[in-house]
Amino acid sequence: MDVRYEETTTVWPEDSLARVPYWVYQDEPNYKREMERLFEGATWNFVCLEADIPNKGDYRTNQVGDLPVIVVRDADGKINCFENRCAHRGALIAFDDGGNVQNNFKCVYHAWSYDLCGNLRGIAFERGINGPDGKMRGGMPRGFERERFGPRKLRTTTLCGLVFATLSPDTAPIEEYIGAEVLGRIKRVLNRPIRVMGRFVQPLPNNWKLYVENVKDTYHASLLHTFLTTFRISRLTQGGGVLVSPDGGNHSSYTIGIPEGANAGAYKAQDIRTDQDGKFALADPSVLDSVEEFGDHIQLQILSVFPGFILQQIHNCLAVRHVVPRGVGRMDLVWTYFGFADDTPEMNRRRLKQQNLVGPAGFISMEDGCVGGFVQRGTLAASDHVSVIQMGGSTAESQETRATEASVRGFWKAYRRHMDY
Amino acid sequence: MDLARIVELNAVYARVIDTEQFEEWPKLFHDPCLYKLTTADNVAKGLESGLIYADTRGMLEDRISSLRKVNIYESQRYRHIVGLPVVLGEQDGEAETETPFLIVRIMREGQMDVFATGCYRDKIKPDTSGALRFSQRIVVCDGRRFDTLVAIPF
Repeated sequence: MDVRYEETTTVWPEDSLARVPYWVYQDEPNYKREMERLFEGATWNFVCLEADIPNKGDYRTNQVGDLPVIVVRDADGKINCFENRCAHRGALIAFDDGGNVQNNFKCVYHAWSYDLCGNLRGIAFERGINGPDGKMRGGMPRGFERERFGPRKLRTTTLCGLVFATLSPDTAPIEEYIGAEVLGRIKRVLNRPIRVMGRFVQPLPNNWKLYVENVKDTYHASLLHTFLTTFRISRLTQGGGVLVSPDGGNHSSYTIGIPEGANAGAYKAQDIRTDQDGKFALADPSVLDSVEEFGDHIQLQILSVFPGFILQQIHNCLAVRHVVPRGVGRMDLVWTYFGFADDTPEMNRRRLKQQNLVGPAGFISMEDGCVGGFVQRGTLAASDHVSVIQMGGSTAESQETRATEASVRGFWKAYRRHMDY
Repeated sequence: MDLARIVELNAVYARVIDTEQFEEWPKLFHDPCLYKLTTADNVAKGLESGLIYADTRGMLEDRISSLRKVNIYESQRYRHIVGLPVVLGEQDGEAETETPFLIVRIMREGQMDVFATGCYRDKIKPDTSGALRFSQRIVVCDGRRFDTLVAIPF
């Protein structure tokens, strides 16, 4: 059904989580509103891994929406986060991915310096310059109050080696923000020190929300991705379900590696393209050589924390993905592949092989790179039309099936609350 | 090792990909082998992961059968411009070489964009018939941004 609404854009068409207007992926003022209300609002935003900044003075740069930030570990071991913008003329204070500083950051433009908490500490020639007549000339006015100027500071919190930051004083503690069920699924995977194995960036030709929805969409996974279905990595007919946090924003979907029983023929019966069982076989199946690592038969878990953090476990292939908006119609997907510090060489090799499944060239995830762009282009002339997100009903609670769009509706529930739509 | 033969191997490699004779691509490798697609940044930091990681010819064949039969993406092809190889060393009949490349991606709608640049870090030796084959090809991309998706190997 295609419902056409006569209202002008940026008016939410009807009060249902199962209908989303296409202007949300297209509208510039709405994007600005997202930056203010979501990313700079009462949300926890992933900024780095603790493993990225183990020592005093270690820092990384990142973005919270459009807001550039520096995350740094100070002398006390505390992690601070502040806007990567000099208080003077607004230049980036740090213009690399990360590194180590001793006690301060210094803006290259006019050498204003900041301590590791983001406080403005030094102004070059603050008192001016001694002229030939012995008089001081130039410099900042006497009444200039340095402590009143500085980049915006974000609160930080850590969880299982993940570092999140928020600009708002109102954001609930991270455990409460994520919700007990989804929190348990983070702790399940991130149960010991990790080691980063590689990083890649995948620019996508679509609004950031289309990717986040895709991640939450348990319905599409085994229909779009042949690889998942054929090799029984995840089929809707296998055990599993989706957990949605009470506020809707966070989710964890999971597939349990147990036989499908009575539903085993369901894909064949519906002639679903992705079921290539018997028609497609791997010459070297070592890419799927996996071991039970977490002791609970969950072979696939995809988890998201509102607005833009994703944790992925597909067999022994582990990654965090960070969604970075780049304007209305573009985004960056930043992949960090990881293993654990105590991995054996065999486990390391297994992870390297399984990483073929994900990322920009992933056997499984490749399609997710283009499908958002298909929606972005398909809806260009349909800003006042709506998408239909009604599998599994119109609500957003946890369900013991993945033939549902409950967690996508959960996203819109949280989105509309933050955006006041 | 004769430089002209290394150049020829590189030229054949580029041609089989650019002319979409993908099934010929795995045949240019020994078995076992190592093919990895990564970035200069990962290499500099000692990070091992690849976007594509294959250590047998079978894994390379699976890449091709997957892109032919399994994966969904908008039709696209590549134009490789491959520079001249430098032979960095030779040991036990195996040459270690480095060759710069540039890949333009041509999309269905006709757009031609630079998709990647970088260098191939290779180990090359003859097979039993005397033909030169890669025992290793590490594709080290200069940047780390891979637009939309990587369906076809570099």
